[in-house]
Amino acid sequence: MSLFSIFQIASSAMAAQSERLNVTASNLANADSATGPEGVPYRAKQVVFQAQPADNGLASVKVAGVVEDPSPARRVYDPKHPAADGQGYVTLPNVSVVDEMVNMMSASRSYQSSVEVMTTAKNLLLKTLTLGQ
Amino acid sequence: MADRLDALLQFNADALRLRSERQALLATNIANADTPGYKAVDFDFAKALSEASHAARSGSGALPAKPALLYRQPSQPSLDGNSVEMDAERAQFADNTVRYEAALRFLNGQIRTLLEALKA
Repeated sequence: MSLFSIFQIASSAMAAQSERLNVTASNLANADSATGPEGVPYRAKQVVFQAQPADNGLASVKVAGVVEDPSPARRVYDPKHPAADGQGYVTLPNVSVVDEMVNMMSASRSYQSSVEVMTTAKNLLLKTLTLGQ
Repeated sequence: MADRLDALLQFNADALRLRSERQALLATNIANADTPGYKAVDFDFAKALSEASHAARSGSGALPAKPALLYRQPSQPSLDGNSVEMDAERAQFADNTVRYEAALRFLNGQIRTLLEALKA
């Protein structure tokens, strides 16, 4: 029954989108973390989605991995900062707050879509159960 | 007698099965809206239903063939190779939902008609 596989597909999408939201939250929270546990600034992280094909064209989503953003760190002139180097520059994380806000909105919209898909599938199944009554 | 009943309900049962398969495909497209390189798929419902009813009429008793999947042609291609257009998919999903419910009602009506005939 195909309608049951919708639950699995939609829930995989919801799990993937919530992981993306988690990573976005981590990036936004650490947008100004000049030092991390190893003494280096935080690096922005991004999730990579991958389609996980099932039989006859259906595919769920999985998070293939969380990769570090390779873009260069932000350098800000602030000689008062304790982490400033000899020339007075502080190395800050390469988090782009605007990009992360866009990511957050996109993830939350996609999550909502999956919830609606799941609700529709549930309603259809419940109606199918009353067939012939 | 039983095969006549079966033949009567066959068309709408096929329609219902194909609608639920299409619903799952559209759910797949919506789920993979953010997956880079994913290509949206769908099938020609009218063609699949006519093939299924031909197969049922031939009476071979074979399991119905899976409908041939086609890639959707996006009107605005995206840079990451994903061809899901959320608005189009959502519209198709809503449309398919209503048509599934319609098939369900037709089937319910047929069953009710049969029951009335049995009671009389």
